[in-house]
Amino acid sequence: MRIRAITLRILQQFIHDKRTMALMFIAPLLVLSLMSLVFNGDAYEPKIGVAPGAAVFSTALEAQKAEITGYDNDESGNAALQAGDIDAYITMKGTTPEIMLEGSNPAANRAVMMALQEAMQSLQPSAAGSVQNQPQISYLYGAEDMKTIDRFGPIMIGVFVFFFVFLIAGVSFLRERTTGTLERLLSTPLKRWEIVLGYVCGFGIFTVFQALLISWFSIQVLGIMMAGSFGYVLLMTLLLSMSALTLGTLLSAFAANELQMIQFIPLVIVPQIFLSGLFPLDTLPLWLQRVGLATPIYYGAQALMDIMIRGKGWNDIALDVFMLIGFSLLFMLLNVLALRKHRKM
Amino acid sequence: MKQANPVITVTHVDRAFGSKKVLKDITLQVEHAETFGILGPSGSGKTTLVKLLTGIDEVTSGEINVLGVRMPKLAMLQQIGYMAQSDALYTELSAKENLEFFASLYGLKGGNRTRRIRDVMELVNLQEHLRKRVDQYSGGMKRRLSLAIALLHEPPLLLLDEPTVGIDPVLRQSIWKELKALNHKGTTIVLTTHVMDEAEKCGRLAMIRDGVLLAVDTPAGLLQATGSSTIEEAFLYYGGVRP
Repeated sequence: MRIRAITLRILQQFIHDKRTMALMFIAPLLVLSLMSLVFNGDAYEPKIGVAPGAAVFSTALEAQKAEITGYDNDESGNAALQAGDIDAYITMKGTTPEIMLEGSNPAANRAVMMALQEAMQSLQPSAAGSVQNQPQISYLYGAEDMKTIDRFGPIMIGVFVFFFVFLIAGVSFLRERTTGTLERLLSTPLKRWEIVLGYVCGFGIFTVFQALLISWFSIQVLGIMMAGSFGYVLLMTLLLSMSALTLGTLLSAFAANELQMIQFIPLVIVPQIFLSGLFPLDTLPLWLQRVGLATPIYYGAQALMDIMIRGKGWNDIALDVFMLIGFSLLFMLLNVLALRKHRKM
Repeated sequence: MKQANPVITVTHVDRAFGSKKVLKDITLQVEHAETFGILGPSGSGKTTLVKLLTGIDEVTSGEINVLGVRMPKLAMLQQIGYMAQSDALYTELSAKENLEFFASLYGLKGGNRTRRIRDVMELVNLQEHLRKRVDQYSGGMKRRLSLAIALLHEPPLLLLDEPTVGIDPVLRQSIWKELKALNHKGTTIVLTTHVMDEAEKCGRLAMIRDGVLLAVDTPAGLLQATGSSTIEEAFLYYGGVRP
């Protein structure tokens, strides 16, 4: 009888909290659909650039489903490689093929090498004269011994920083509302934007230390590959924290309690992780790639990969920096407006 | 000292949330340095009215003036001490930290801040618990600390939403003594209550029910007008329960 009472009460609570119920049913479907899109995408087709002298490979590689681009000279080929337009660039030195891999993505490296091996075998009988030696492999970024963690590390730093700051800032702002302290704050001459900015500064100081610790730990203790400047890693981690902090406090306006705040994880965090570049984005449908362009983690992860794996500097991360600053400012502005719900002036 | 201008004038105020009218055509005045009680059952619109007086909420129609200024007006919040129904304290902080925080929001600094914190804590008899974390406070202590915060910046107008809920009779009496002392110093106090015996301590009373103002008068005047012997009877009379 009592068990029945508890059972009934829980069912009633679910029925009253439509959002929790919807989330239990719909969130798994959303996350699973995303997963299937990400993992069920077509097999990765390596993009290979070919120098004039190595044109002999073109058709054989194309038969291996590689996307081939011919370049007139090595300068334009190398430039394309550096820009990340192609995964590898093939030249010929005498009878030895030389392959320069972009190298930052172990999965792309493997795809290139597979295609190349198959192509070499199909090539042997007819073009044996021109290609006699085993190919020479070199890496533009990364190295042969680059581990999966080196690829995922920069992205995961971004993801975890975002995740924790989002939740903690969101819940803490939410509690201002549920405990009534927000109303009390609003009964003082405090301006709405002062509350938002105060939160950014207060949490901002903590996130500086958090960014320092996480970056140092990942690079020095975990030994994740680090080709670029530590200062830039710190900057990106910090900016990502800032966007998470501002988004968390903004979204807390739409949550009635801590549970509902946690419900934002599958809606806000998980899709961002899938679209962050953790998995190749090229195989995703175009509309989904575009959604990725509207998420902070994407820019944070791109910049962190550029810095840590490719050792790139300011020019290559500037766009990401400005995007993250833009996101933070937008979320702050929206939050000032959302607070109008509690006090119009 | 009687001032010619009333501290608060409420003129034909309506407040609706969607299609639900919470306050209907309220008109009243609060005079300088009086204790003005708003009496009514829960859900009658007391809290909504107080929030309108602070300026946190806005009227749907009508007009509210506080100290001669049309509300809502941000700068007026400096003149108002507001204590909400919930205690609204940062429980993980000490009482001192809470007081310092709110004092800073009101622009109190340095020695003046320290002096005000000491004064208000003495007023609510919590001076020994200044450094204690608020989560170790009892319900009544929290209520008193909350009142102390509302008094910090020496506002000429105090708006107290159910200030004595959860406070034992002894303490309630001492808080009333302090409120009366503030009245004497020229502070105007508006408070809500649904406790009838407390209503009798107010200088004047507004009776409100379902968002309608039933009557405004001194407790004695209300008793006389309705021929009742207690405020409770008078209230029932206006509510139409007793003919």
